Order: sequence, then C-alpha cells, then structure tokens
Amino acid sequence: MSLSPSLAALQRAIEGHARAYGLDFFPVVFEVLDYRKLNQVAAYGGFPTRYPHWRFGMDFEQLQKGYTFGLQRIYEMVINNDPCYAYLLECNADVDQKVVMAHVYAHCDFFKNNVWFSKTNRKMMDEMANHATRVRRYMDRYGVDKIENFIDTCLSLENLIDPHSLFIVRERPKAEKEESPRTARRLKSKEYMQDYINPPDVLALEEKRILEESERRKSFPAEPTRDVLKFLVEYSPLENWQRDILSIIREEAYYFAPQAQSKIMNEGWATYWHSKIMTERCLTDAEVVDYADHHSGTVATHAGRLNPYKLGVELFRDIEERWDKGRFGKEFDECEDLHERTRWDKKLGQGREKIFEVRRFCNDVTFIDNYLTEEFCRRNKMFVYEFNSKTGLYQISSRSFREIKLKLLFQLTNRGLPFIEVADGNYRNKGELLLRHRYEGVPLRMDYARDTLRNVQRVWQRPVNLSTLVDEKPRLISYTGETFEEADLHEPAA
Amino acid sequence: MILRIEQDHHRFKQIIRGKIKQDLRKYISRGELIGRRGKDLISIPLPQISIPHFVHGSRQAGGVGQGDGDVGTVLGAAEPEEGNGQAGDAPGQHILEVEVTLDELAEMLGEELELPRIEPKGKKNIVTERSRYIGIAPTGPESLRHFRRTYKEMLKRSLASGTYRRALPGPFIIREDKRYRSWRTTVLPETTAAILYMMDVSGSMGEEQKEIVRIESFWIDTWLRHHYKGLEIRYIIHDAEAREVDQETFYHTRESGGTVISSAYRLALDITRTDYPTQEWNVYCFHFSDGDNWSQGDTQECVRLLREDLLARINLFCYGQVESPYGTGQFLLDLKEAFPDEDTVALSKIESKESIHQSIQEFLGRGR
Repeated sequence: MSLSPSLAALQRAIEGHARAYGLDFFPVVFEVLDYRKLNQVAAYGGFPTRYPHWRFGMDFEQLQKGYTFGLQRIYEMVINNDPCYAYLLECNADVDQKVVMAHVYAHCDFFKNNVWFSKTNRKMMDEMANHATRVRRYMDRYGVDKIENFIDTCLSLENLIDPHSLFIVRERPKAEKEESPRTARRLKSKEYMQDYINPPDVLALEEKRILEESERRKSFPAEPTRDVLKFLVEYSPLENWQRDILSIIREEAYYFAPQAQSKIMNEGWATYWHSKIMTERCLTDAEVVDYADHHSGTVATHAGRLNPYKLGVELFRDIEERWDKGRFGKEFDECEDLHERTRWDKKLGQGREKIFEVRRFCNDVTFIDNYLTEEFCRRNKMFVYEFNSKTGLYQISSRSFREIKLKLLFQLTNRGLPFIEVADGNYRNKGELLLRHRYEGVPLRMDYARDTLRNVQRVWQRPVNLSTLVDEKPRLISYTGETFEEADLHEPAA
Repeated sequence: MILRIEQDHHRFKQIIRGKIKQDLRKYISRGELIGRRGKDLISIPLPQISIPHFVHGSRQAGGVGQGDGDVGTVLGAAEPEEGNGQAGDAPGQHILEVEVTLDELAEMLGEELELPRIEPKGKKNIVTERSRYIGIAPTGPESLRHFRRTYKEMLKRSLASGTYRRALPGPFIIREDKRYRSWRTTVLPETTAAILYMMDVSGSMGEEQKEIVRIESFWIDTWLRHHYKGLEIRYIIHDAEAREVDQETFYHTRESGGTVISSAYRLALDITRTDYPTQEWNVYCFHFSDGDNWSQGDTQECVRLLREDLLARINLFCYGQVESPYGTGQFLLDLKEAFPDEDTVALSKIESKESIHQSIQEFLGRGR
C-alpha cells in the first residue's frame, strides 16, 4: 500500500532532517502493512518473498501469538537493499511512525556506509525472489519433502561461514608449474668429486624437504578453511539441485552475517539518530509524552540482559562526548587525577565527526574493543554474570572492567559462535572429512553437535569427524552415516 | 486475503502434528493434558523444534548485563537471554504451546493406536440433513439470485465487449450473467451415544488408581465424542452400594467399605432402561475396579445381570481392572471365564499409567 499523503509529508520532512544532519542513505521506500502482513514480512526476515520453508511458518506463528496476546509488537523493520525497503505498521500513531522513519533512515545510512556491509548484495530483494523461484521449481520437480529435508540439512550448517573471507583477496594460485622434480637437484660434477659437490647428507635433507613439500601440497584443503559451506559446495558429491540449494543458503547467510556482526552498533546508531531528530526537530508538544514512553521502552534494560539499543546508543554518545572534550589520547590516559578527568574539556568539538568515522569502520567487536572504557562500564552499571551450578541460579560474578570487556568480546567474536574449520578433506586418506573445533574455553553443546555432524555427513556422504574438547580432553567424534563413534585424540588431528 | 506465509505456516503445523503423534503414547500416560483443556481446544507443550547448529554449550557461558546489585546477587533461575547483542531475534529454549482441537486429537489417537472407526448402531437409517450456503453458482432458482454478483458479471461482460452505456436504459442482464447462491447439504446420520462410567470407590482404590481412571476416561471420551454427535456421560460410584454422582464427585470421592459390584450393574441397568432405549442409543459401559468383589456369590450375580439383561442393551461393556497396592482381585478372571469370546465384552488389566494406551486399544479396538 502506498503512503497516505500525511505519511508521505512526514517522510519528506524526516528525510530532510536526516540529510541535514549528514546522514547518507539509499532511497527509502516505506510500505504500510497491517499486522498480519507485517508479521509475514518479519517471519521472512524482512523480505516479501522467501523460499518455502516451515521455519518461517514457525516464526510467523510466534509473532502472531505475541501480537494477539499483546506481548510483542514489531515497530520497525528495514532491509539492506538499494532502494531500502522499510515497513510501517498501519495502526501505529503518527508519532510512532515518525520515530520509525527517523530510525530507519539511520539504519539505511549504516547499511550504505559501514564497511562490513560493503560486500552485501544490494539487490537482495530480487535475489531472494529468485532463490524462492528456484527452490519452488526444484520442489515441483523432485517433491516437497525431498527438498525440504535437504534445506533442513543445509540450514543446520548455515553458520559455518567466514564473514571475513570476503575482504581477504588471496593470491590466485599461479598456474601450476610443471611437476617439480621429485628428487634433489644434483650439481654436475666429475665422478670423483661427487661426494664433495653433492654431499649425501645435504642431498638427504633436500630430499626430505621435497617430500614434505609434496606431502603438504597433497593436504586438502592446503590451509584449514572456515568457510565450511564453500568447501562443501565445491567438493561434495552433490546433485546439481542440491549444490544450488546449498549455495543459496550460503549466499543468504553471508547476506545476513554483517547484521549479526553489528547489531549493537546498528541499533545504537539508529537510536541515536531517531532521538536526535525527534527531540531536536520533529516532536510536537502533544507528542512528547508518547515519544518518551516509547523511547524509554526501546532502551530499557532488564537485569541480566544486555539491550543492544541501550548499549549502542550510550556508547555512541560517550564517544561523541569524549571527542568533543578531547578525552582521549596519551595525555588523558595518563592523567590520574580523578577530579581533573571529570572536568576534562579541551573543546575539540570532534565528536560528530568521530562517530561518523566509527560507524564507517567498526563492527561490534572493534566498537567494543576500541571504545568501551572503564568509566563507561561503571557509569552504566555493567556486570558479568555466571551460572552457579551449586544453586542452579545465575549470579553477578564480577564488576571488573577487564572481565566485562573480555566477556563481551568473547560473545561477539565470530558472532558468538564456535570456530569450526575444515582441517582435512581426505582424512585417513579415505576421503573422510575432518572438522576441527578451535577450542576457546567453552565446550560445544554436544547433542546439537552430534545432530549437526549428522547433517554434515548427509552433504559430504563419506564419514565425517569432528575434533573438539570434551571435559577438557581432546576427543574425536565420528559419524559414519550409521553410527557415532567417539575416541580420545592423542596426536593433533591432521 | 491469503498470505504467502500461510503455506509455510500450514507446513509447520503438519510437522507439529507429526511430533504430537510421535509422542502420543507419552501424552497418554501423563495426566497433564486433562488439566489444560479448554472448550474444544487442548494445548500441548512441545519443545520448540530447532535446527541444530554447532553452538557453545550455554550453561557455563554466562554473559554481560546491566543494572544494580553486588557480586553474588541472584539474577534468576531462568536462562537469561544471551547478552550477545542478539536479544530479540534469537529465541532461546522456548516451549511451544500448540493448540489442537479435541477432534484432531481423537484422529491422532485413532491413527496411532490403530483404532477402527466405530460402526454406530441404532438409527442408522434416520438421517438429518443440514444445508449451508457455501458459494456462488451460475445456475439455480431465481429466488436465490445474488443480485450484486449478477450485476457485477453483467458489468464485466458489457465492459469487456464494449456494449456498456452509461445512459439508461442501462445494460441488460442476460442469462450468462446470472449468479445464484449455492448450498451444500451434508447428511448426518443421527447417532447418539451415552457412556456410563462406573467406578469402585472402596478403600482399596487410591489416588493413583483414580488418576489412571481419570486419564483413561478422558481418552475414551475424546474418541467417542469424535464419532457421535451427542454424547451423554453418566457416572456411577459404588462400594457396597451404588449411586449416581456428578463428574466432580466421581473422580474425587474416596470411601471405605466393601465392594459389591452387582449394585453398580443393577443401577446401570436401571439407567439404561429408563433413559436410553436400545433402538435409539449407543450405550457404552466402562467399569473400573481393583477386582476385589465382596463374595463369589455377588460375582455370579454380576455375570447373570450382564448376560441376561445388560449386554443386550448396550454396545460394549468394558471392564478395566486397576492394580492397587493390595494386589489385583479375582473379578477379571471370573469375567474372563464367564465371557470367553463375547463380542460385546472387553476386559483389560491396567497395571500402571504406562499401560493405559494398551487398555484403550483393548477397549476400543473392536470398533463397536
């Protein structure tokens, strides 16, 4: 449904304000939907069309119930696309629509300018529709159950990607030179000089090196890769339709990855700007109370839960203040007079510029790593909580800055997921797959790991192995396609 | 309007049904379903179906939060949502509450326990017709002509063929334009059924035994309700004497005293005689007891009552002997001996909650 004239006027006004503040965005198309359609779009991850799959139905049911019972309500949804599509809920009051619009323009600015989004497909709307068509066609040809089962299998592996890989341009493998000599090169010499010109021990060493080299070249993949999905797409013995579906899942996973990598920043940035635009430009007197009510709902914190909107917006404001007042750099860091620190103001006025820079280059990990300060933690009453196995309760375990930061970074690194990489595609020289879990102190959830391994096997079709640590001991978990086996791992696998 | 997501939603529901069916035996042996039933809906808690991923074990993980409190302050026993900035879009271990109608539940029960459909007796030939308007058809009696739809058709046709004129005399309705309300008639055989539940409430029937009876009768109700339009349920309790009670009392009374089963059968006979004439009613009798009858003489009396009178009046007589802490009685064996292969008598021994589904099979597996 196109916008009513009054909403269109609001959009023009807010777009003007956003531009005046220096936000830079794709054109934004707003659509007004009733709650059922909005829930549909939300269940589809923001898109009007996705391939058929029951999990969208499950999400839909939950949203629908949440709405019916008045538990939750989606206020804003926006997708990273050019043009950017955003949705408004039909029954929202005008003040809400304003907030949403302002929020959306900031999101869109973030999508367009943040470097982590630079590799995403900006025509994803069309791409998703194409994916849907392809999957539907396969369903017509091979049957719904078969396709659906395979999608289930693929979805189980969808997080095995490497979002950083998009930014690394590896040297293209040079055209393989002619098979290099298998034996050590001998220098030409007279027969009697042989032992001196080509000493046997050196030759032996050289020979060994060559052997190792060729051994290494044989290892496959040459280097462990974290883009497990790509490896599977390229090397699994799949039917064409299976390969296509797997690459669809992979492509969509890469599309969504930056959003998971920058949730705190993205929401913080949008919240920062909606509050700026609303409070400085847009609010009428009559709307102030409603606005304050909804805004405080957005940034409310509950004990034991981190609100990305809250953390993000506070951190952006903190950065702005610090760069406005010059509270950074060696001189400030070394100042130990608390009194002086709190009054520190160099009147630099670089805050605005700085936050635009931050929104360009950071993701959540670098955002927290670079800009979370001890003072900020204290002011925002942050803490670390842990599970106490004796009482079965979660308890606050520390308020130390170091631990808070460590914990946060740990949770944000690799989107909070374990590092899993393909270590060997020809394990035991039997075409088995070896995945390695890079252990970082937290064990895998084993029941899930087994089920996932089963799905890996379904794609790889030869036995698959996972090396990880169980109870602090290295273990190798294998699935042959019929049975699970578990063994101690003495030497590092592969 | 039908949304595209409906298809996925439907698919999801199918999967859920499958899950429920898979676990149906588990649900049967647990009483909790009965507590959560609404009018004709029943909600079943299911763990959310999740797609497995390689993830960290969550319990050890903990997280970062914001708020007041000292080190050691308890935040709560429930899993707080992971504080990794994904709050809101990553559902945790939610329990899914699925709603199923009792009819669907009965359907599943039937499929899972392979129960045959019931062949109702009685007014087989008496049927009632119910008609409902369900749509629009191009033919029909003039009295049912749908004016607006007809007019629309006419406009469509005249616009398409270019004969439309604004000025009167306006466009004319021709035969092809006419639309009529259409209806469908469904034929329902009028079958009515009554269930008589009888239970021994003598001292030896404890809470656990009653729970078993409660659960089993819930499933029996569900199944029979699925087959009959009107279902009447009557409750009789007995120790040395029988009396008719309401449902509440039936499940909660506990009395002491001896057990004279024939008293209950006599009362059942009275009720069927006065209220449920054989020609019109399908009557089902279910009797639960621990089988410790007062005397062998009374057992003889029971057999006589059944054989001579009661069995001729009812579709099915079921006796379920519930194991009690005092052991099981003789009554089941006596009945078995008296009715070795009677079609209308179903006997079952219910040792524990786990054998409820088996007993349901034994009772209802005859399709009567």
